[in-house]
Amino acid sequence: MSLSGAKIIQPLCIRYPDMPVISDQAANCNTTSTPFLGSTRTLRRIQSVSAAQRRPASAIVAVADVVKEKKLKSNKNHLLTKEEGLEVYEDMILGRVFEDMCAQMYYRGKMFGFVHLYNGQEAVSSGFIKLLKKEDSVVSTYRDHVHALSKGVPARAVMSELFGKTTGCCRGQGGSMHMFSAEHNVLGGFAFIGEGIPVATGAAFTSKYKREVLKEADCDHVTLAFFGDGTANNGQFFECLNMAALWKLPIVFVVENNLWAIGMSHLRATSDPEIWKKGPAFGMPGVHVDGMDVLKVREVAQEAIGRARRGEGPTLVECETYRFRGHSLADPDELRDPAEKARYAARDPITALKKYLIESKLASEAELKAIEKKIDEVVEDAVEFANESPVPSRSQLLENVFADPKGFGIGPDGRYRCEDPKFTQGTAQV
Amino acid sequence: MATIFQRIGAATSLSYSIDTKTSRRSLSERKASFVVVRSDATKINTGLNRIGGRVDHLITNAVATKADTLAASTASKPGHEVLLFEALKEGLEEEMERDARVCVMGEDVGHYGGSYKVTKGLAPKFGDLRVLDTPIAENSFTGMGIGAAMTGLRPVIEGMNMGFLLLAFNQISNNCGMLHYTSGGQFKIPVVIRGPGGVGRQLGAEHSQRLESYFQSIPGIQMVACSTPYNAKGLMKAAIRSDNPVILFEHVLLYNLKETIPDEEYVLNLEEAEMVRPGQHVTILTYSRMRYHVMQAAKTLVNKGYDPEVIDIRSLKPFDLHTIGNSVKKTHRVLIVEECMRTGGIGASLTAAINENFQDYLDAPIVCLSSQDVPTPYAGTLEEWTVVQPPQIVAAVEQLCQ
Repeated sequence: MSLSGAKIIQPLCIRYPDMPVISDQAANCNTTSTPFLGSTRTLRRIQSVSAAQRRPASAIVAVADVVKEKKLKSNKNHLLTKEEGLEVYEDMILGRVFEDMCAQMYYRGKMFGFVHLYNGQEAVSSGFIKLLKKEDSVVSTYRDHVHALSKGVPARAVMSELFGKTTGCCRGQGGSMHMFSAEHNVLGGFAFIGEGIPVATGAAFTSKYKREVLKEADCDHVTLAFFGDGTANNGQFFECLNMAALWKLPIVFVVENNLWAIGMSHLRATSDPEIWKKGPAFGMPGVHVDGMDVLKVREVAQEAIGRARRGEGPTLVECETYRFRGHSLADPDELRDPAEKARYAARDPITALKKYLIESKLASEAELKAIEKKIDEVVEDAVEFANESPVPSRSQLLENVFADPKGFGIGPDGRYRCEDPKFTQGTAQV
Repeated sequence: MATIFQRIGAATSLSYSIDTKTSRRSLSERKASFVVVRSDATKINTGLNRIGGRVDHLITNAVATKADTLAASTASKPGHEVLLFEALKEGLEEEMERDARVCVMGEDVGHYGGSYKVTKGLAPKFGDLRVLDTPIAENSFTGMGIGAAMTGLRPVIEGMNMGFLLLAFNQISNNCGMLHYTSGGQFKIPVVIRGPGGVGRQLGAEHSQRLESYFQSIPGIQMVACSTPYNAKGLMKAAIRSDNPVILFEHVLLYNLKETIPDEEYVLNLEEAEMVRPGQHVTILTYSRMRYHVMQAAKTLVNKGYDPEVIDIRSLKPFDLHTIGNSVKKTHRVLIVEECMRTGGIGASLTAAINENFQDYLDAPIVCLSSQDVPTPYAGTLEEWTVVQPPQIVAAVEQLCQ
C-alpha cells in the first residue's frame, strides 16, 4: 500500500514539550475549527530511503531525550520525604508479608486454584500506585493482590476474597485473579493476559471523555495498566498502545518484566526483548527503569503520571523486576537458574529501601521495625477475619449475573424469572 | 472487509402484495403505506414500496405493534416513514441527546457515517469523541468500550459486520458477560454491541455469519434481534437504557425496509417476543430476516386454508417463554424457522427450552428449519439453498398439521 498521495487532514499545530516533533508541520499547518482527533504526524513520502529505515533514528532520539531529562532532574537531595518513605516502606512490607501469608494459607488448604504471588516485585506496585489519587484507576493481571493492597483495598477484603468468603472484595465470586474494587477504582484482576489492557484504555478514555464531552474540566484521572513481559507480545497490547497514543489517553502502560512467563524466558519469546522500544514505535515515550529500586520507579512514575495528568498522552514504562517465587503456587519453579535468582534476591527492593532510609537518616531501625510489626498484625487480623467470615449462601448464586436481573427473562407463567421467590434462594430454574 | 452497502441497498428491493384479510379497527384512513398487525388479530392493508431494483423474495407485509395504547394513540397522529437503518439512527440519536454518557465507537462510524449509514450525521453533531472512529482492532476497542462502561459511560459498540466480532470474543465473553459477576456486582457493563449479520446477497462465507449461536452461551449478556423499523428503534433504545450488556443483531438485508413509525417516543421491552400474526393451527417461531420468509409462506398457507400463528421471538437470550408458551398451549404444534446453523443454533436451544417447559402441550415433535451447516457459498443458487425458503416452510407446516 503506497503512502504517497494519501489524503491527510491537516492537524492543529501542537507541540509536546518533552517529545521532539517528528516532522515539522509548522509550515503547512491549517487551523481547523474542530480539534483533530488523531495522529499529529504527517506521513512522509517514500523516497530512496524508506521511511521505515529513517524512523528508528528519530524514535530512539525521543526515548533518549526523555531519559536524559530525567537524569538532569534528579536532585542530589533526598528523593522523598520521611512520610513518603515510611508510606512506601509500609506498603512494600504489606505486599511481602501478605503474599507470604497467602502461600502459608494455600498450603494449609484455605485457598485453592491458581494463586500468583508478587514477591520481589513490590517496588513497581508501591512505586507507582502510591502516587495515585483515589479516583485514579488501576488495572492488573492475575498477579493482582499487591496492586489491590497498594491502591487501598483493605487486607481483610483481599484475604477474604482469597478464602472465597462472602466478605471478600468480590463477595467470593472473583478469587485470586479477579480483584475488583469500585471504591478504590481497582478495575481488575484479569485471568487472560492482555485482556485488561483494553479495559484500562477504556477507563482512560472515560477520563478524557469526562473532561471534553461532559465538561468536567478538572477531571484528570489517570489509569495505570500493569502487565508482564509475556503480555508485551500480545495483540491487545499493541492495539492499545496505538489507540492510547492516537487519542492521547491519560494512561501509563507499566510492563513488569520479570523475564519469565511461567517457564518461557522472555528472551526465547520476543524478537526484540527491549520492550521500552515499542513505545516510540507508536508515538509515546518508552522508558526502561530498574524495577528493583523503588525510588527509581517512583521517579519515572512521577514523570509518566504527570504527563498523563497534563493531557500529554500515554507512556510505556518497562520495569526490570523479578519474582522470587514461582509463577504460581503450583509452579515448581525448576527452570530458572539459581544463580539468576540469587542475583535478584540480592537486589531485594525492601532491603534496598530499608538501607536507603536508614543511611539517609530518614528513619530509624526502630521505626521500621514498628512498621513491620504493625503489618504483621494487620495480616494476622486479615486471616482471622477471613477465617471467621461466612461462606456465600446459595442465594448468592444468581444475584450478580445481571446488573438488571430482568435479563433472566420471562418465565412460562408470565412473570419475570427474577420475581420468582426461589430466585434469591438460588434454586430457581433459569 | 469491504463495505458494499450501495450494492446491497440496490439489491434489497422489496415487493409487497395486498393482503385482503378483514380489517377491523383500521388505524387510519391513510392509503396503505404499512401494515399493522396487532395481537388481537387485526390485519390491515399493505403498502407499496418505491424502491426499485432487482425484485427479491422478501415480502414485508407484517408489522406488529403491541396490543397496548400505543397503536390507539397513534391513530390520530400520522407518524413518519423511515427505513430501518434510519429508525436505528433515530433511536441512537434520541438516546445520545437524552444522556450525554451514551457514545458510539466502531470502525467508520464517525466521518464515514457508518458502513450501513446507521450513524450518519452523528459525528458532525456530537463530535469525534462521542462518535469514535476506531482503528481496526475489534478485541481492543470492544474492551475499551467495556472499560468505559465500567467507569461510567454507556458505549454503543458497532461491529462493521457481526462476523468481525469473532475477533472480540475474548472481551465479549470474559469481560462483557462475566465481569459484573466476578467483581461481585461492583461494576456494571451497560454496553450495546450491535452490527449487521446474517446471510446477505452473495457476500461470501465470512461476511454471512450468524453469531447469535456462538454468543448465546455466554452468561450475563442479553441478545435481541430486530426485524422491522419499529422494533429496531424500540430495541435500540431499550438496549441503550438497559444496565445489562446487550447484543443487538441487525440483518444486512433488512436495512432498507420501510415503515411508518410513531412520532412520539417509545421503547420496547428487551425480553418480550412479538406477535406477528395470531393463528390457531401452528406456532411458527422466527426472528430477523426469516420473519419475512415466514410471512410470505403464511400467505400461501392461508390460501391453502391453514391458520399459522407467527411469533417473532426478538429476544434470543433469554427466550420469552410466556408468549411462546401461550402460543404452544393454543396450537400444540411448533415450527421454528431460523437463519442460524442447524447445529447449536438458536433453534436448537429453543427446541430444548420448549420441550422442557411445554412438552405436555405438544401434539407433534417440534420441527426446526435452520440453515444448512455449510459455509455460505458465494454462488447465488447455492446460497439460496443454504437458507430456509418459503416453500420449505409451507411444506413443513403441511406436514406438521397432518
